[in-house]
Formats: sequence, structure tokens, C-alpha cells
Amino acid sequence: MSSVSSVSLSVEPGQSSRLRVVFVGHVDHGKSTLIGRIFFDTHSLPEGKVEQIQKACAEEGMEFEYAFLLDSLLEEQEQNITIDTTQIQFRTEKRPYVIIDAPGHKEFLKNMITGAASADAAVLLIAANEGVQEQSRRHGYLLSLLGIRQVVVAVNKMDLVGYSAEVFEKVCGEYRAFLKEIGVEARAFVPISARNGVNVARRGGDPAVGWYSGPSVLDMLDTFEPPAPLTELPLRLPIQDVYRFDDRRLLVGRIETGTLRVGDKLVFSPNDKTSEVASIENWSGPAQSKALAGESVAITLKEQIFVQRGHVASHEVDAPIETNRFRARLFWMGKRNLVVGQSTKLKLATQELEAEVVSIERLIDASTLEAGSGERGYIAKNDVAEVTIQTRGALVMDNQDRNPFMGRFVIVDERQVAGGGIVYGGVYADRKAIKSANVYWSEGNVLSKNRALRNGHRGAVLWLTGLSGSGKSTLSRALERELFNAGRQVYVLDGDNLRHGLNSNLGFSPEDRVENIRRVAEVAKLMADAGLIVITAFISPYRVDRRRAREIVLEGGHEFTEVFVEAPLEVCEQRDVKGLYQRARAGEIAEFTGISAPYEAPENPELVVQTHRQGVEESVVAVLEYLLPRIRTVTGDEISI
Amino acid sequence: YPAPEAGICPAFFPEKIQRSDSAHLDALEAQSVYLIREAFHHFKNLCMPWSMGKDSNVLIWLSRKAFGGHIPYPLLHIDTTYEFPEMLAYRDWAVKYHQLDLIVKINEDARAGRGAYTERGPIGYDTADPVTVTHELKTAALQQVMAERQWSALITGIRRDEDPTRAKERYFSPRNKDFEWDYKDQPPEFWNQFTTSCAAGEHVRVQALLDWSERDIWLYIQREGIPIPHMYFARQGKDGKRYRFRSLGCWPITGAVESEADTIDGIIDELAHTKTSERAGRAQDHHERNAMQKLRAKGFM
Ligand SMILES: Nc1nc2c(ncn2[C@@H]2O[C@H](COP(=O)(O)OP(=O)(O)O)[C@@H](O)[C@H]2O)c(=O)[nH]1
Repeated sequence: MSSVSSVSLSVEPGQSSRLRVVFVGHVDHGKSTLIGRIFFDTHSLPEGKVEQIQKACAEEGMEFEYAFLLDSLLEEQEQNITIDTTQIQFRTEKRPYVIIDAPGHKEFLKNMITGAASADAAVLLIAANEGVQEQSRRHGYLLSLLGIRQVVVAVNKMDLVGYSAEVFEKVCGEYRAFLKEIGVEARAFVPISARNGVNVARRGGDPAVGWYSGPSVLDMLDTFEPPAPLTELPLRLPIQDVYRFDDRRLLVGRIETGTLRVGDKLVFSPNDKTSEVASIENWSGPAQSKALAGESVAITLKEQIFVQRGHVASHEVDAPIETNRFRARLFWMGKRNLVVGQSTKLKLATQELEAEVVSIERLIDASTLEAGSGERGYIAKNDVAEVTIQTRGALVMDNQDRNPFMGRFVIVDERQVAGGGIVYGGVYADRKAIKSANVYWSEGNVLSKNRALRNGHRGAVLWLTGLSGSGKSTLSRALERELFNAGRQVYVLDGDNLRHGLNSNLGFSPEDRVENIRRVAEVAKLMADAGLIVITAFISPYRVDRRRAREIVLEGGHEFTEVFVEAPLEVCEQRDVKGLYQRARAGEIAEFTGISAPYEAPENPELVVQTHRQGVEESVVAVLEYLLPRIRTVTGDEISI
Repeated sequence: YPAPEAGICPAFFPEKIQRSDSAHLDALEAQSVYLIREAFHHFKNLCMPWSMGKDSNVLIWLSRKAFGGHIPYPLLHIDTTYEFPEMLAYRDWAVKYHQLDLIVKINEDARAGRGAYTERGPIGYDTADPVTVTHELKTAALQQVMAERQWSALITGIRRDEDPTRAKERYFSPRNKDFEWDYKDQPPEFWNQFTTSCAAGEHVRVQALLDWSERDIWLYIQREGIPIPHMYFARQGKDGKRYRFRSLGCWPITGAVESEADTIDGIIDELAHTKTSERAGRAQDHHERNAMQKLRAKGFM
């Protein structure tokens, strides 16, 4: 049947060298127009498309817009902006291209990243009449972060500046200086008019641009090279899964870099088990003896060792870094801020770990490159920052400049990829040395400072003391609600939850009161250890008991704040919420504080709130203003491993 | 388009042809296998819709590659009751050949005018426009079976080059409870990290062929020798001209195109010289402006 052998010749050579190009730049500088023009000039449009757009434009009484060729979604046409990453193909004589159109609106950063992250090359547009804008710089910076080095800068809308060589040189000079700072070198600057097709597909196109003798945009694209699979780098095979559908035990995954051969001895990080490759399976063809970077493989091992998803196979020499703390450059697109100490999910290749930013070294304004300090304590949407990240458990990785696939990660927030980062400055070391040096953050050894970093505050005890009816319960509940709403870990200990359980064997005799308070203090200390702000609301009438409580909590290393909730006896007796004073006066309750037992007012409390003079709100504010600054965690070097 | 010869095997086995320049097919295959394995890892309760067309058959092939010959999830055929008889014969054959766990779903109520359709009466090409029929017999049927089976992911074979609205797809594309695709606010996706979980009642579409072009599909079918239905190849019609199907849908609205291509080489050659779009033979796409857009936003694949 395949007698039509001549037909095979129509399969153009060079299919393998498809190049993915992203178009970036400030909004309205002409990305969509340029792409539309390229389609038009390379005859890559489906039949009737141009006529359709012509008709649509005529109906609206507007000039023909090349941008509409691309923006085929109705909404986009209405808004005249590009909404999302679009991938379409065109071809030059040399090869096929996949175009990724990335929009320029600031809030569309995530779409630009999605597009640009998979690009081999970039065309960055700057409109000559407006010059270098914020996003021109921001996008340039992100391209460098994403590792895209093949960049051509197209200075567009040259028709609007009369094809002035002077304007062109000015834009080039300014932008070249910026790129130099971020270590990127543009392969060319091309003066173009996307609308008029000048220097787009072919050189020239208008006599006024005769002073320029360099390449057109497409000429430049044709000089770029698609990435070759990184077969020469050290082997990295992140395990995706382990299957047992029949009597074979298949380890599957994609070889990100390097070469794998049957008989190779593999090390699986992070637990450093080793085994030999028994076979490389191939369901539909003969078994392979080797597999290269880029291939999704299924292998079997000689020794049946424990391997699971997330483990990374490498050779014994040139193994990856294994650590739980590293430096990274991060860009953030999340709806919520990324807060220092907050627990998030990190994904690197097939690994998925709990992680947190432990400190922000620098916040970088991607458009001015001015560095702010990380003192703010969080990374907001569209920020770029240099950070230190700590993971729960060992992470297998490489520095980005050594291995792009193993040197980049994402952070997931609310089910979505919300940020990305590249690893730098990690130290490669002899595995065994690292193991003994105990670099891991031991899981069993979570210190209170670790908890504090995650919670954003340290544990503490707020000890309220005062007569029955003075307002301790009311204040404690108000404080609890306020702290809880502010995202703090908080808990109230009072008669309601202690008298009935832990202290149910205690009465109101002096001995029992002492024991009651001792237990309250011990429990409060444990809870503060666990990272909570504990509020106790007990009359605790004796000074010596309160002093003992203070000692217990201070022994645990926590803040102890004594709050005297003060109101004159008459007022309390008048309030008499539970009718206790009445019963005490009637002699029904023995040893009732203030009536038949003493109350020793604090001599040096940290705070006094006078509930007969001030409202609950006011008291809450007074307490919080005192407490919060004292227990806030300072970011940075608090944590040591 | 004439009926097939009696007694012929319902599947066409292309002659395997290895080309020297198939590195880009290797790359596409590796990525698709990676995606399929990711889907299987993250969503234990998943399904692969299967239309019996060329892309669907490539998906089956890639699944078997991913799992060492096995397919560890069920396949779903949404039967509109307007299937070409020849395709139904192919379906039965393929179930045996690939050992498929096949679920066939028909929106019986819509066809019979029962239940929710009592007032509107039976839905079919004789009573409703193609967009409505496609919506009720495909999308609504899918919604019904999804509700029954509670799948949290579907592995689909849509391609970016098929239609402009598909150009904006992600590999892992979340759909809400009503199957809606929020194409204006899609989660970021890069460095092969995807949206790999969803809330109850929602699902994720894993689009394992997103990067493939129509041409890639044919080159791959040829390279691997993947069995496919005969209807893609030209046969002599009553008028003496030869016809084939470029895309296979419901028979009342799927037209054959004039073609001499009776081999895969012939088809590839034809593609190189055509500028009409692949789905040009499908009536529901032309019924009104933005028909595809509307269908897709409502959950059509
Ligand atoms: N005069 C002139 N206008 C242009 C040129 N390129 C684009 N434009 C116009 O600039 C506006 C924004 O272009 P568009 O391609 O949508 O920008 P995008 O936001 O970067 O995609 C549109 O009105 C275009 O017609 C050009 O070379 N010359």
C-alpha cells in the first residue's frame, strides 16, 4: 500500500526542531499585532480567517487589526486585550514554530509565567513611542529567572516615530543597560512596525527604515536553537510511581537529565539505597539497553529495595544535593500573601513536601531592580524575592545553574500552583559526611521556636486575677475571640473546663485552692510550650500562689503576664451574675473570696484593668497592645538547626 | 460513503514506518506518558473517555505504554445512538483487542423524551438543532455518568490545534461542579507541575494530547502501527468520486470529504496541502458563531 513513496518526501525535514517562542512586553506595545502579522506574512492562517476579521472590523467601523487574528475568543475581541496564554503554530522556511502569546497586564503575570516557562526563546516588544515601561523590565527579569537566554528585542510602532534611528537607539541603550544588570544579553534589537510589516518577516518594508541593515524578527528567530535533551548532565530520574500490574515491579518516571543503561548501579536519594538496573521495559517494542534524557521510562531493579514516588535515582558519582534548607529566588502569583513561617506545600520534580519560608533576604522590585529588605515578613502577589526555605524532611535537588530540572520548584496554595522558584548556592558534598553532620531538621525534635515561626508568635500565658464578678470570664472570652480572629493560637483555661475534669477532686479549702492553681499553672505551661497563647481566668486570690504560677511558666521559658482585673467589692456584689454573693452572705457558701475568705490584690501586676471604669473593648486593647509586641516572632536567624 | 466489505476486520492496521526524524514524536510521547502517569497517581478514581476516533486510539496506545501494557482505569464511550454502524463494530473489536474495561453511556431519557425531558420530548437530529443535540446527548450524558461514578479526573485527547478555543487549555484543567471551564482565570501551570487535586463534585481534565497536531497523530499512528477505524480512508462513492472522514462524529452531521487518501501517507500529504480546519465536516461547529465556545464552556470536550 505504501507504493506512494514520493509522498513520504512531503514530510519536511527538521520536524524535530520545533521552537517555542514567547512574546512578552508592556500591554499595548503590540504583541498580538506582531503575532497576527507573522501569521499573515507566513501564510499560516486558516482559509477565510483574514476575510472574517476584515468583515468584523468593517462592521465595527474600525481599521483592520492584526491582533484580532489571534484573539479569536469573542470576549477578547470585546475587551481588546489578550486574556491568556495562547499556543499556535507557524512555520518559516527553516522550521516550525509554536507561538506562545503572553499578555502584558500586570494581573496576568501567572499566565505569562505559564507561557514563558516553556519557551525556548523570547521576543520582547517595546513600543518606540512609549519607550521602556515597567512591564518591559519586569518581563525581562522574569525571562532571566525562567532561564530563557535567547531573547530578541523588537522596538515596535516605529511608524509612529517616523522610523527615527535616534529614538530607536535611545530605547536600545536604556534597555540594554537594564538587561546587563540581570545578566541577560539580547541577541538583537530590531526596529519594526508590526502593523505595517516592517522588519517582521522580511528585512525593510519602508524606505524610511533604510538606515537599518540588520535582521528581521523572523531572521533572528531562525538563528535560535531549540534545547537539546540534557543527556550529558549527571543522571536524574525522579521516580513518579511504582507499579505492580503483573509479576513485574516497574519503577516509572522521566529521565530529566543524563543517560541510564541496563546494569547501571543507581542510588536512590534521599534514603541512599542502591540497586542495579535489571531492564528498561518497552511494551510495544524490543527491550532497550539504554534510555536518554527526556524519555519516560519503566525500569526494573535487580535488588528489591524500598523505592517510592519522590525518590530521585542518580549514579553514585555526581549525586544531587540532599538538604532541608536552601536558598532560592522566588516569584509569587498567589492570591494570598506568602507569609514567613507559614506552612505551605512545595513540589520539586515528583517530590511533595511541607515547607516554609524561614526568612526573606531581599524583596526585589523586578522593574527597578531595587532591593528592599525582607522586613515586611511576607511576599505579596507579583513580588520577586530571595528567600531561605526549609522543608519538613529531606529534599533532593540541584542548583538551578547545574541542573535546570532539579533546580526549580513550585509552591502550591489553595490547590493551585501559586509561586515558583529556582535554587541557588546549595553545597554539593559527600553524602556520608552530610548524614553524620546532622543537617536535617529532626522530625521528633520540633522546638518551640519552630512552632513559634510557624504560628507567627511565641507561646505565652496571660494570667487574669480578680474577685468573682470582676469580669475575668468576660475579658478572657473577648480576648480569645480577638486573638483567634487575628489568626493566633489561643485557648482559655477557666473553672468551666478545669474544675469538672482535671481538678474535679478539688474543693475550695486553702490546700485545694493551692493545688488547683498549681495544676492550672502546669497545664498553662504545657500549652504555651505547644505554642499557644493561654488565658487563665481564676480568682487566684493568694499572692504566693500567683508567684508560684509565674515561676512555673517562666521555667518553661514563656512570657507570663499578670493582669489584675479590678472592680470594687460593692460593684462585684451588685453584679452578682451567678447569685453567689447572695448565697455567701446568707452563709450558704463557706470560704467565699471577698466575703468569708481574703483576696490579696497583686502588688506588681503587668497590667491593671478597672472594669467598673472601662468597657471590655478598652480592656482588650490594653491587654493586646501590651502582649502582642512581646510575643511576635522576628524573622530571620531565630531558627537554628 | 459506502459500507465496508463484508467480513473485513473492523480495524485497519497501518504498516509501521519508522522515519529518521521522529525525535519530536519521541518528545510528544514522553510528555503524554508523563501526564497519564501523573493523572493516575493523583486521581485514583479516574476514567478515559473514548470516542473511537484516531486521537482516542492514540490515547489507548499511550496508556498501554505508560502502564506496561495494562490500562488501570475504565474507558467511557458516550453513545449518542447516532453512531456509524461500522464504528460500533470497531468498538466491539477494540474492547477485545485492548482488553478494555468499557462503560457505554447513553442519555436514554433524552432520546426517549422521559424524565427531565418529558416536556421537551425526545431529543434527536430530527427534533432539535445540532448544538442542542450535542449538548444533551454528549455533555448531559457525561454529566449523568460522572454523577453516577464520581470520577475526579478524565483523561481526554483534545489538542490545541483543533480549534482556537482549545488553544488556551492547560494539561490539567479544573472544571467546577457544573462542568464549567473558567478559561479566564486558570491556575498557572509550568515546569510540569499541575493542578492535582480538586474539591468534591469538581473534576480535572487531564489533556494528554494537548501539544499534538493532527499531523503528529497520523505520523505516530504510522510509526507505531496503531489500529484505527477504516473510515478515515477513502472509498469510492456512488458518484464515482472518492471520499473519506477526517473527523468522526454523529452520522447525521458528519460529512465525508472528497479525498484520494487511502493510506496514512496519503492523509499526511493531504494535510500538508489543506487549509480547511479539521472539524470542517462537523455541522454543530457551524451552526452559529462561537458554537464551540459555548459548547466548551458548558462542559463539552
Ligand atoms: N501604529 C502602530 N500601531 C500598532 C503597531 N503594532 C500594534 N499597534 C497597535 O497597538 C495596539 C495594541 O496592540 P496589541 O497587539 O493588541 O498589543 P498587546 O497588548 O501587546 O498584544 C493596537 O491598537 C494595535 O493596532 C505598529 O507597529 N504601529
